[in-house]
Amino acid sequence: MGAGAVFAGPAGGPLHLFTKSCMTREAVLRLSGITKRFGPLVANDAISFELMRGEVIALLGENGAGKTTLMNILFGHYVADEGAVEAFGAPLHPGDPKAALAAGIGMVHQHFTLADNMTVLENIALGTAPLWRPRLDRGAARARIRALSADFGLSVEPDATVAALTVGERQRVEILKALYRDARILILDEPTAVLTPGETEALFRTLKLLVAKGLSIIFISHKLAEVMAVSDRVLVLRAGRLAGERVTASTGRAELAALMVGQEVVSPPVPAMRSGTPLLVLSEVSTGGRGTGARLNRVSLTLRAGEITGLAGVSGNGQSALAGVIAGTETLTTGEIEIGGTVVSAWSPREALRRGIGRIPEDRHAVGTIGDMSVAENVISEQYRTARFARHGLLDWAAARAFAEEIIRDYDVKCPSPDSRIRLLSGGNMQKLILGRALDPKPRIILANQPTRGLDVGAVSYVHRRLLEARERGAAILLISEDLEEILALSDRIVVMSRGRLSGASARGERTIAELGELMAGHQGEAA
Amino acid sequence: MRLEPKPAPSLGVLLLYPLGAIAATLVFVSLLVLAAGASPFSVIWLVAKGAAGSQFAALETLTRATPLIFTGLAVAVAFRAKLWNIGAEAQLYVGGIVTVVLGTGALPLPQPVLLPVIAIAAMAAGALLLLGPALLKTRFGVDEVVTTLLLNFVVLLFVAMLLEGALKDPMGLGWPQSSKVVADAQLPRIVTGKRLHYGFVLALAAAFAIWVVMKKTVLGYEMRAVGHNPEAARFAGIPVDPVLMKTALLSGGLAALAGFSEVAGLKGNLTLDLSPGYGYSGIVVAMLAMLNPLGVVAAAIFVAGIFVGADAMSRSAGVPSYIADVVVATALLTMVTAILLSRFRVRWR
Amino acid sequence: MEALDILVTTSFWVAAIRIASPLIFATLGELICERAGVLNLGIEGIMTVGAFAGWFTVYSGGDLWTGVFVAAFAGAAFGLLHATLTVPLGLSQHVVGIGITLLATSLTYFTYRLALPQVTSPPKIEPFQPLPIPGLSQIPVIGEAMFSQTPLTYLAFVSVAVVAWVLYRTPLGLAVRAAGENPSAVEAQGISVTAVRMGAVMAGSALMAIGGAFLTMSAFNSFFFQMVNGRGWIAIALVVFGSWRPGKALIGAILFAAFDAYQIRLQQLAGGVLPYQVFLMLPYVLSILALVLVARRATYPKALMIPYQKGER
Repeated sequence: MGAGAVFAGPAGGPLHLFTKSCMTREAVLRLSGITKRFGPLVANDAISFELMRGEVIALLGENGAGKTTLMNILFGHYVADEGAVEAFGAPLHPGDPKAALAAGIGMVHQHFTLADNMTVLENIALGTAPLWRPRLDRGAARARIRALSADFGLSVEPDATVAALTVGERQRVEILKALYRDARILILDEPTAVLTPGETEALFRTLKLLVAKGLSIIFISHKLAEVMAVSDRVLVLRAGRLAGERVTASTGRAELAALMVGQEVVSPPVPAMRSGTPLLVLSEVSTGGRGTGARLNRVSLTLRAGEITGLAGVSGNGQSALAGVIAGTETLTTGEIEIGGTVVSAWSPREALRRGIGRIPEDRHAVGTIGDMSVAENVISEQYRTARFARHGLLDWAAARAFAEEIIRDYDVKCPSPDSRIRLLSGGNMQKLILGRALDPKPRIILANQPTRGLDVGAVSYVHRRLLEARERGAAILLISEDLEEILALSDRIVVMSRGRLSGASARGERTIAELGELMAGHQGEAA
Repeated sequence: MRLEPKPAPSLGVLLLYPLGAIAATLVFVSLLVLAAGASPFSVIWLVAKGAAGSQFAALETLTRATPLIFTGLAVAVAFRAKLWNIGAEAQLYVGGIVTVVLGTGALPLPQPVLLPVIAIAAMAAGALLLLGPALLKTRFGVDEVVTTLLLNFVVLLFVAMLLEGALKDPMGLGWPQSSKVVADAQLPRIVTGKRLHYGFVLALAAAFAIWVVMKKTVLGYEMRAVGHNPEAARFAGIPVDPVLMKTALLSGGLAALAGFSEVAGLKGNLTLDLSPGYGYSGIVVAMLAMLNPLGVVAAAIFVAGIFVGADAMSRSAGVPSYIADVVVATALLTMVTAILLSRFRVRWR
Repeated sequence: MEALDILVTTSFWVAAIRIASPLIFATLGELICERAGVLNLGIEGIMTVGAFAGWFTVYSGGDLWTGVFVAAFAGAAFGLLHATLTVPLGLSQHVVGIGITLLATSLTYFTYRLALPQVTSPPKIEPFQPLPIPGLSQIPVIGEAMFSQTPLTYLAFVSVAVVAWVLYRTPLGLAVRAAGENPSAVEAQGISVTAVRMGAVMAGSALMAIGGAFLTMSAFNSFFFQMVNGRGWIAIALVVFGSWRPGKALIGAILFAAFDAYQIRLQQLAGGVLPYQVFLMLPYVLSILALVLVARRATYPKALMIPYQKGER
């Protein structure tokens, strides 16, 4: 991937060289034989390892490999079916976050566990004093937070309301929460997913300070470059099993990648294509503020036939708003959308479908499917009004079932019948159904928003293959992904989004990863 | 403890859950009966006999079930789309008002024309009444639970006002009641000399029609999609707000038919006790039926049987007839719990 | 301007504060539940239970404060039932709430009929008497209105201060507010979301029940069917109107009560011009209008009505 330069320490060398010196061989945490099943799925299969004092362990694995489940067991959100955890030599009571906190384990969750309506101080102090105490000592708490902030380079205003903080600041609050409780072991779950490269570097500096004070860290990630930069030891999880353990200094990315995936990583061949006619043109598009996501600020973008445009960026920078604009769910405050040469007036999801846009939404559970309805009911949701499925206001269930069976067959979906509730399917099978639904009308424009998030390797390459097929037949595709490798592998053209603005497009191979990283951080060479 | 989804059990097993709910309800109510100094077994027997022990009892139960089918359908339709219409009581009264206004001689039409005209007008009025809260919900984000609940009080006061003013029966000796509707505006009796009227047939037809709507039509599909996951429905291009409006119109109209059928079929005039809470009982009926329109018929007959049976039992056994309301409310809570347990496994730890 | 003169009479404000008292209890109770993330539609029934339990305790020979305590306890018991179904089991708060209201109301009526099978007019008790506070009650209009009320009214005002203090100044309050905003924040700090929410619903329900008891033990002196008369639903509207803050909810309740007291007096004044039912409708219509007015800028607790499962994010 070659992103090493971005993640190098201040002196140019990898961070782990600095952290090595203060290590003593004392196990602070010991997991033995942890197994967790969810129904037929084995999320963790007999996992054992030890964490030493002053050590940074990276827990590496693909989405769905069982990393988060393992940490949730460690922290007491889940109870393991088998196995035990020992912290500082004493067994840890399972299923009780309170016990984990008392044992000195702190966790920085992937999705922040902060109450937006409360201040930083209130979030940090929550649960640190006995609940029945008649008064919260704000003065003492404020002083302690200030001191911790100064010691570890975690600047944040104790009396600010969390709702007003940036993502980077929120993460600092999460770390402060753990430190405030004197955590000796810190678990960070995908901490860099929401950070710019600059913020990531700051985080790594903080981690170094923590290790120097004798804390131990478990760093969960699926990004090889970061793992190489920050850890002393790497544990690789694959399909719920411990697939390998390596000392960071004596391994390399290739080996870790092979361990992680379990097979040679084959990028699908991407044949060169001539650039086609513009099918969708956004000019100067802005959106209003809805929810917490960033809004778009005069974004212009052209999608051409037979071309995959990759949209890179740190999540939360306006990708959702852009996806919403193309999907028809977002209303524009400025600018216009031109499809096939005509400017659209009334814009809605239905209009987007009518204009030949196939959409793969970011969240397949909340937006892509209706969990309590059947597979057949779900696959017709974008076409139920057409003559194929409805006549005189009556639905043709035989046709719907036949359509579902067609997708199940063509897309190799594992599913008992068209009548089963879609909620009971695995993520990969659900995604294949969504793909089948979106691609069935042979859309000329395709929006693929995080199409492979959380899927296993097989499903990922399946989705990629389908997208490339659509490209072959001349569709214009926008691929939005947080996974830079995915963007680099598939895109003919790459644009970068930062704070609601879009960088100018670059052709395949035109920009280095470091340059893209700069753009992601918002250092814009050229405004779009 | 935590809940984990489990695959749908077989139909036979699925039926055990509602039976468990009924058993739990009976146990709880038996304790109350014991507290009242009576024997649970004889009370249950008396209730059953009072509800279905004779032709008179059975017909009475069906008569009582008629408005409950309408309000149960109204609630089932609305709850399916997660439109929380708790205002069926108000919509029922509005239907009653329209029936009296149009049925006391204002329209000189023959019976086969007059009755449908009145029924449709009543439905329209009920539909409009629920359209208000539905619009407030979609336009301003005002919770429809509170608005529909509050409208119940407003409409009841409005009825009281009419009964002492515009609609007051001049021959009513000062009682707050309206004049009787004319003969042509009355629903005929099914069995001469008995109280059961063609409103019951209309209710059965409505249940079947709603079943068709929910199962077979585009609108039913849209309503279910919006109810289960409005965000996904919106993404798929289903017009969420218009669907909610149509749901409101349908639901309000159905509830108003209860008022029409009670006035035109049973009471003949409008009084302040036209409904002893049929709008609220409709919620129980709909939930007991798991929102299934055909199930609503069975649930309404069951609930009506409890009420009719309890009235009879109360006279002979001395247990207050409010026991019927307790049974119905308890059944609601035990039933929703049973439905949950049929779909999720409870894991301790 | 006779209609405006009403506003400066002492008796009007005395009545307004009296009318506000049960609403203050009920609104505070609902506010606590909603702050923890649970919409409690059982409020109307729980108030009915409280009204009956308090009155019946006194009627059976208990003293007044015992009656208040019994009412609170009965309310908390129904709160426990509500919470058990909606918090760990995560059932629909709408359906369960309505169910609790139906159950609580019908059980109350059943018990009433069981205890007093033959009475036609409900027996009276000796209710709380006004307890003018020396000094303060001598202040013209405001002092007379505020400080010549019954002890239960004073308790209502004290409750506002206590609830505000607990919510904003104590560790427990942090946990309650966080449970309604982002329950995973509570769990991540080692506190059980289930316990916090269930506790909040029970405490809130106890307050609602005291609000009901005010009706039979202070405002009136006996128990009637349907005497709660929608006050619970109005309290739910007042919680929204008060932006989930105890102080603002208090102001909302007093404003509402002043309006109610005003319409009663206006009724006498304008008698004959408009049917009295029009005036009686006004409080309900006003509640709806208030909801519409604030709905756009209302910031609901984010996790309101969303059940929480451990480890779920």
